Amino acid sequence: MSRFKKKKGSGTPAISTASLPDIVFMLLFFFMVTTVMRETTLLVENTLPQASEVKKIEDKSLCSYIYVGAPVSGIQTKFGTEPRIQLNDSFKLAADIQEFVASKREATAEEKKPQLITCIKADVDAKMGLITDIKQELRKAQAYKINYATYSSID
Amino acid sequence: MSRRSLPEINAGSMADIAFLLLIFFLVTTTMDVDTGLVRKLPALPEDEEEIIDDSQIKAKNIYVVLVNAKDQLLVEEELMEVSQLREGAKKFLDNWGKNPNLSDNPQKAIISLQNDRGTSYEMYIKVQNELSAAYRELRDREAQKKFGVNYTKLKGDNKKEIRKMYPEKISEAEPKNVGGK
Repeated sequence: MSRFKKKKGSGTPAISTASLPDIVFMLLFFFMVTTVMRETTLLVENTLPQASEVKKIEDKSLCSYIYVGAPVSGIQTKFGTEPRIQLNDSFKLAADIQEFVASKREATAEEKKPQLITCIKADVDAKMGLITDIKQELRKAQAYKINYATYSSID
Repeated sequence: MSRRSLPEINAGSMADIAFLLLIFFLVTTTMDVDTGLVRKLPALPEDEEEIIDDSQIKAKNIYVVLVNAKDQLLVEEELMEVSQLREGAKKFLDNWGKNPNLSDNPQKAIISLQNDRGTSYEMYIKVQNELSAAYRELRDREAQKKFGVNYTKLKGDNKKEIRKMYPEKISEAEPKNVGGK
């Protein structure tokens, strides 16, 4: 009789949290593997245009990014309000693109070189004049594969 | 062996440490996939002769799309809204010689796009998007007819066959600077 009484008093047993670290570690590893650190700080306004016929970029590591847009509000006194080109972490001129593409090509393994792609991330307010200059430079650098980065809209 | 048993390390705070790291990676991670319109630039013309070669194509097989600095669209010498461009391009591509002013067949048809230096990037992308949409719709229709699925779902030779039927030929002329900056 006393055996039955004992159980009544104890209430619900505490759930074991011993496996909690394991679960958290599992999640942690997932995020560690999938995470891609943002390499560049954006110095330009970058609102991408919308398009419906978009394709996904399979491998981001094969992408060289060219940012185009007006300098962000904090640095407009220094760099003006006209759209400019940003490569890596600084403003550059269109003439610097060839070197930029070449250095990316240098850093890529031989078998992956044909898959290299240049992503143009241009702001909606940018003018085609600047984009055309970029395209001409890319043609000179023989980087023919380009991608106009856009947000995807479903219509 | 009379080794003194080591005191067990308290692993209770392990979860806290792991949580801390987890939250860090949760915050820094960006899950967004890059999407965009993929295009292939033409090689720079080696000499003058290659440029002249373009004029050999019959005028009716070229669909001229002009965008000016005010983002207005002139298609085949007529003003047009962006919303009409898709239908216009489809009509041109899918003509098969019926209308003598439009293309002979989709293989020969070329869309020539020319923009001003003052054209906005947003407008340019809109036009590019509508033109690709026209091709995609025609390809989808053909793929549905032949294989019962959309073009993007096709694989290998079937995809090639449809692509050969409606090759995406969008040519971009050297830009002009008419409207100023």
